[in-house]
Amino acid sequence: MAEVPKKLTIPAEEHICSGHLACQGCGAVLAMRYALKALGPNTVYTVPACCWSVIDGPFPYTTLGVPLFHIAFEAAAASAAGLAAGLEMVGKEDVNVVAWAGDGGTADIGIQALSGAAERNDNIMYICYDNEAYMNTGVQRSSSTPWGAWTTTTPARHFKKRPKKNLVDIMVAHQIPYVATAAIAFPEDVLKKVNKAKQIKGTKYLQIFASCPPGWRMAPEYAVKSVRMAVNARVWPLLEVDNGVYTITRKPRKPLPVADYLRLQGRFSHLTEEQVEEIQQMVDHNWERLLFLEKSTHEMAGIPLEEKKKTKEPDK
Amino acid sequence: MTEKVEIRGARDMPPMAKSLGRMSWNKTGSWRNVTPVIDYDKCTSCMLCWKFCPDLAVTCADPPEIILEYCKGCGVCAEECPVDAIVMREGL
Amino acid sequence: MKEVVTGNHVVSHAARVGRAQVVSAYPITPQTQVVEKISEFVADGVMDAKFIKVESEHSAMVACIGASAAGVRAFTATSAQGLALMHEVLHWAANARLPVVLANINRAMGPPWTIWTDQIDSLSQRDTGWIQFYAESNQDIFDSILIAFKVAEQVDLPAMVVLEAFFLSHTAEPVDFPDQEDIDRFLPPRPARNTVDPENPAAFGGLTGPDHYYELKYMEHNAMLEAKETIAAATQEYGDMTGRYYKMADPYRCDDAETVLVVSGGVASTAKDAVDEAREAGWKLGSLKIWAFRPFPREEVRALLLGRKRVVVVDRNISFGQEGIFCSELKASLYSQPEAPPVLGFIAGLGGRDIKGRDLLAMAKAGEDPDCPEFNWYGVKP
Repeated sequence: MAEVPKKLTIPAEEHICSGHLACQGCGAVLAMRYALKALGPNTVYTVPACCWSVIDGPFPYTTLGVPLFHIAFEAAAASAAGLAAGLEMVGKEDVNVVAWAGDGGTADIGIQALSGAAERNDNIMYICYDNEAYMNTGVQRSSSTPWGAWTTTTPARHFKKRPKKNLVDIMVAHQIPYVATAAIAFPEDVLKKVNKAKQIKGTKYLQIFASCPPGWRMAPEYAVKSVRMAVNARVWPLLEVDNGVYTITRKPRKPLPVADYLRLQGRFSHLTEEQVEEIQQMVDHNWERLLFLEKSTHEMAGIPLEEKKKTKEPDK
Repeated sequence: MTEKVEIRGARDMPPMAKSLGRMSWNKTGSWRNVTPVIDYDKCTSCMLCWKFCPDLAVTCADPPEIILEYCKGCGVCAEECPVDAIVMREGL
Repeated sequence: MKEVVTGNHVVSHAARVGRAQVVSAYPITPQTQVVEKISEFVADGVMDAKFIKVESEHSAMVACIGASAAGVRAFTATSAQGLALMHEVLHWAANARLPVVLANINRAMGPPWTIWTDQIDSLSQRDTGWIQFYAESNQDIFDSILIAFKVAEQVDLPAMVVLEAFFLSHTAEPVDFPDQEDIDRFLPPRPARNTVDPENPAAFGGLTGPDHYYELKYMEHNAMLEAKETIAAATQEYGDMTGRYYKMADPYRCDDAETVLVVSGGVASTAKDAVDEAREAGWKLGSLKIWAFRPFPREEVRALLLGRKRVVVVDRNISFGQEGIFCSELKASLYSQPEAPPVLGFIAGLGGRDIKGRDLLAMAKAGEDPDCPEFNWYGVKP
């Protein structure tokens, strides 16, 4: 007879079930699983067109243990605003209202409604699970696709030549109380940030880096490893921005070379050494920029910058 | 609820396509072409396999077990296991 | 209590006394006064509602859908380009079976930019699954909105009340406001059906295949047909309360009429004067106002029009490449019926060109000519 494990770093309770329609090694499912562990059952999701429109399962079934209201592609934030207002009018303002969208539904077609809700500071949590392309429709480029990547609309011989849209800074510019990034390889950090966001009134924006093995042309077993490497190579920095004050929540002591992260994925396999070096420089530049933002925003707010405990070397 | 919902026609349907059951009826184990096998001599019950399973196909128990009726065979558990206690085997 | 109020402000008052709980809207001429007034009501605390001032009409409708899904009474108002921008999610509201109510101020579609009235904006939404009422007067606007809330919430379909830009929106008329107590009795709080509730988790509107989608549409159509009975009951109850009895198809001096003018919106009011004038001259003319466009009063128009010598339809709209839209709808209702009269269609008043009584009489007269074509542009300058 199996016993309950002695120490768990995230709660045992699940709010999604097995049987869902996600591909093997789906990062978007892990993002949902961790977010819901923090949010708990008193939560309502609104989900625009994205992988999760399919993952949840066809009518008459659902995977989530909380209500999920499907809505049109560009409409996640506005539907959450409406749900939050409606729930408040019926005396249920304690319900977490979460807009859950992919990067296309956030950075492209949904950015207008998101900007509107953030400017109004509507009391919603907006979570973008970012797999860096339109994966549900078959891997077309989105504005969140990084420089250098192959997609079905940016063929290898004509790969994406523009950088990934910086949604984090766009959201910070709206002067909302909380903006954060997270990644599925760091579940405790996802939970910590969602738990924190849950306590804050106003618009909260979280962007969770979530791998897509088919879309990244990668073996499914690397679903978590690739995301960990993205963080440890500083490709996807983990951040928190509290009322405009930037904090880098994970500082790899010795960052992985970006090439190691790229090598795992077929979507970058066409890149030359020079192009990989170009990406390394972009990543380094962004890290310097974030260090500067962290230092300067702390100084301006009069908050001492704690020396973070440096993380151990990544084990893989 | 793990059973399929029977819908004969309009008379059984909520008018706005509201779900009536959970996806757990869908035994995704049939998707699998490689199967994780845990070597319990090596397993330390660190629970990383449970933590990173996208299909909730590892029991939250000491020691953990693979739930084969749902495991899609992605191999994340084997890749993440810090003591290499899980191997992916074909044909199980 | 009677007050002299513009059409736009009547809309705002109807949302207030109808106790809309969430309003979400975006400004567009000629609707702006509606949202200005509602903003005042909410700010002054005379209306217990949340007003979400969104960044587009698309978000306005989506926010109403979200609020309605949470179980409250949701309301918005728009016009022309704004309604067209909502189009995608008008379907969403109807298919999600949420009783959102919308006031649309009829404005012609650009380009060229125009702010004056015609009905193409709202009639283009014909197949979205929304109930539609076309108001004749400011009193009509008020009454129609309250009836729309009631009917929508009974059949779980959204409803649109349509009024013409400027002719109604900016024209002040005396309007009778029933007592709030009576309104509350007529319009109790919304029954919360089809709503999200964390205590009863479920997904709403998930991927649905050919096995089930078809039946959902069958149910939606049946709900629209059921709305006919609901409208009949609601208008009866409303009439008993106010003395104003509405009919989906409302005849005026039609009893012995040989020619019937079929009209909608504010033109129906002009038509009554024209009919009076004709009657004084011994001309057997009547008029028929189509108040409810969806569901379409098929049986009613049959009962009223079969056996007439002819029907002249005045359309302030056009379906390009076919004809006026009310005209097509009437023909579809009368087709293959015994004693179906000839139906003669006239396009008139697009982009806000005035339709006067004498214009209506001229169209009726032209329709009585045995050589009158089936389709006509009235008053066009070729």
